[in-house]
Amino acid sequence: MSSISAPHSSLVLAQKAVKQLRLEASVRRIKVSQAAAELKTFCLQNAHKDPLLTGVPSSDNPFRPPKSCILL
Amino acid sequence: MGEMEELRKEMENLKDQITAARKTFQDTTLQEAASGVTVVGRVQLKTRKTLRGHLAKIYAMHWGTDSTLCVSASQDGKLIVWDSITTNKVNAIPLKSSWVMTCAYAPSGNLVACGGLDNMCSIYNLKGKDGNVKVMRELAAHTGYLSCCRFLSDTEIITSSGDCTCVLWDIETGTEKMVFAGHQGDCMSLGVSPDFKFFISGACDFTAKLWDIREAQCRQTFSGHESDINAIGFFPNGNAVITGSDDATCKLYDLRADQELITYQDSSIMCGVTSLAASKSGRLLLAGHDDFNVNIWDMLKSERVGVLAGHDNRVSCIGVSSDGMACCTGSWDSFLKIWN
Repeated sequence: MSSISAPHSSLVLAQKAVKQLRLEASVRRIKVSQAAAELKTFCLQNAHKDPLLTGVPSSDNPFRPPKSCILL
Repeated sequence: MGEMEELRKEMENLKDQITAARKTFQDTTLQEAASGVTVVGRVQLKTRKTLRGHLAKIYAMHWGTDSTLCVSASQDGKLIVWDSITTNKVNAIPLKSSWVMTCAYAPSGNLVACGGLDNMCSIYNLKGKDGNVKVMRELAAHTGYLSCCRFLSDTEIITSSGDCTCVLWDIETGTEKMVFAGHQGDCMSLGVSPDFKFFISGACDFTAKLWDIREAQCRQTFSGHESDINAIGFFPNGNAVITGSDDATCKLYDLRADQELITYQDSSIMCGVTSLAASKSGRLLLAGHDDFNVNIWDMLKSERVGVLAGHDNRVSCIGVSSDGMACCTGSWDSFLKIWN
């Protein structure tokens, strides 16, 4: 396809796309080993603070009414 | 031939460069790194509350930051603010347009927002002087449907649209502060980073993009999905992104390694992902599907560890409260359920 027939806006869009790709290519990266290790550490260190993971005893569960025992 | 052809060549070169650069940082996989971790035991969550009141399909829900109040939007033309513990309706707000697709709760608890096929984002003040909930602003400029919205504060909100853009709005003046253009397909979902400096968007061009809010700049683009991305969220520490797609898979992309770390898929799961949420530690990924179920994944081990089956129609939205105590699901069956 000849550039003579290509509208001016296609050129501008293409220039913008190249500029954007240059920016994305230049991002500073870290190794997957480091990234994965940090995700793993975050999960393990916060596990005890994760009620959906650890379960919630009914006495601490705001969504369950406390069971009251009446001793007669 | 000239400039256009040269630009196309440069685009291809840069794309190859990015692929190659990502590979050089791929010294292992998440699976290998987590090989010493034991899979989470079977997760069995029970329905603790059912929120009844909507008369049609629920399309969206969002927790308030107090982990008790939440807002839901239904095509019955109502926004309902619920007390999830008592199941009481705190507010039932009638909407001008019933074609609502998204809703959001401001971190302050003062405002809620919604929008949909009216192409607008309507902001409601819950704490008006006379006690009535009224429209405070109508943010109009998008030329396509409003798919998602999230407040940064009482004065700023970000929206995503079927017009392929996302916009940062000044709520007080009702004007666009920034336009985030770059997606080649409808933007379906957005998520704001824990530090409020970035947001991520998922679109029908099968990609997810990370945006710097103040610079109005796309910093990174993530590909790999084979169909529309319907749901997106940040991993709790803000360093990774989770996406859910019509291709029936979820993916985890690490922002600093600039690449996909893992895909959550199973041959028995054939229905698109509609919604997703991470548990507080990030260990569990809850994904809502078209097949009425929510699958629960161990994010490190990529194994399915539970299912939430309780709705009689598609699960359209899901959210985990800020304190991590409960998960809320909303469905086309018109009910919301609270699970833990």
